[in-house]
Amino acid sequence: MSESNEQTEVVLAVLQAIADRIEAEKKHLTDLDSAIGDADHGANMHRGFQEALEQVEGMDDEEPATVVKNIGTALISEVGGAAGPLYGGSIMSASQELEEGITPETSIAFAEAYLDKLQDRGDARVGDKTMVDALVPAVHTYKKSIESDELPPLTALSKAVDAAERGVDFTVGLRASKGRASYLGWRSVGHQDPGATSTLFMLEEILDVAADHLEGEIDRDARSPTIPDEEPEDA
Amino acid sequence: MVSIVVVSHSKRAAEGIRDVAQEMGGDATILPVGGDPDGGIGTTAPAIEEGIREASDGSGVLVIADLGSAVMNAEIAVEAVEGEIEATIADAPILEGTLNAAVSAAQPDASLSEVLERAEEARELRKL
Repeated sequence: MSESNEQTEVVLAVLQAIADRIEAEKKHLTDLDSAIGDADHGANMHRGFQEALEQVEGMDDEEPATVVKNIGTALISEVGGAAGPLYGGSIMSASQELEEGITPETSIAFAEAYLDKLQDRGDARVGDKTMVDALVPAVHTYKKSIESDELPPLTALSKAVDAAERGVDFTVGLRASKGRASYLGWRSVGHQDPGATSTLFMLEEILDVAADHLEGEIDRDARSPTIPDEEPEDA
Repeated sequence: MVSIVVVSHSKRAAEGIRDVAQEMGGDATILPVGGDPDGGIGTTAPAIEEGIREASDGSGVLVIADLGSAVMNAEIAVEAVEGEIEATIADAPILEGTLNAAVSAAQPDASLSEVLERAEEARELRKL
């Protein structure tokens, strides 16, 4: 089996793991969204990931970037709500960073392109009580762990997931200023953001699948290092 | 003639807004789009893209959407037809904006930028 086929196999395994996790957490996500949104996040994400599974069936021989792009397209078509354009559009757009295959460098480029597209489309900043609050610390931690700390990608990913989890916790005490929850004003305080939560679930599943394929320590209880020794390039 | 696509989370709301605007909009094409793939409340980009393609007669399409995710899905739809159909999103309240746009689009020589401008003037409408 060629290297690109092996990578495609990993992408497909990640998709399956995320689809299963979303199915298991469907009610949980909808409950979170009932508190401060329109109560459709679980159902929407489940519908989208089931469609993505169907879309990529038989794509085992395609390039990983092509498969990732198709996952994005499926999510745009089927998720609906804000999660469709945000998850689907960002995945689709960032997939071009993987055209040379998946390496530590292209995975950082993918993560940064995903974050850029997400913030461009949703116009949300850290502190707005959105998926951005989980994603920004995850992407920054991943980049810094590889580029400055020279950690193995699996360890970097585990630190990123840990950072995302703390980002999700951070959303609880915030008043929403983007998305449907912002209509609730102060009533949104005290509730965990559903989009940040589903972002964390997806990152946890990526980590779980990556652990089967990569060398490195999983370091999820670590607190993030405080001040970087050196600035990552283009940070 | 510039066409108008009305995008609401509710298909019925989009249709109702079309009905209100059409009374003033003469022959202008006003196409309602709304609902998620299960027929519930929501919007999707492919449905909006289809609406833009169906509404277009080559003179440009103005898209007016309701809340947050409808605007994001409209952006993806407009990007999908880029290079084929001139389409743009109005930053305007959906009912008043559609009404203004319909009146403007009913004039056969109105350009997309003129219809857009009229739609966005609806932001200034006061009720009391």
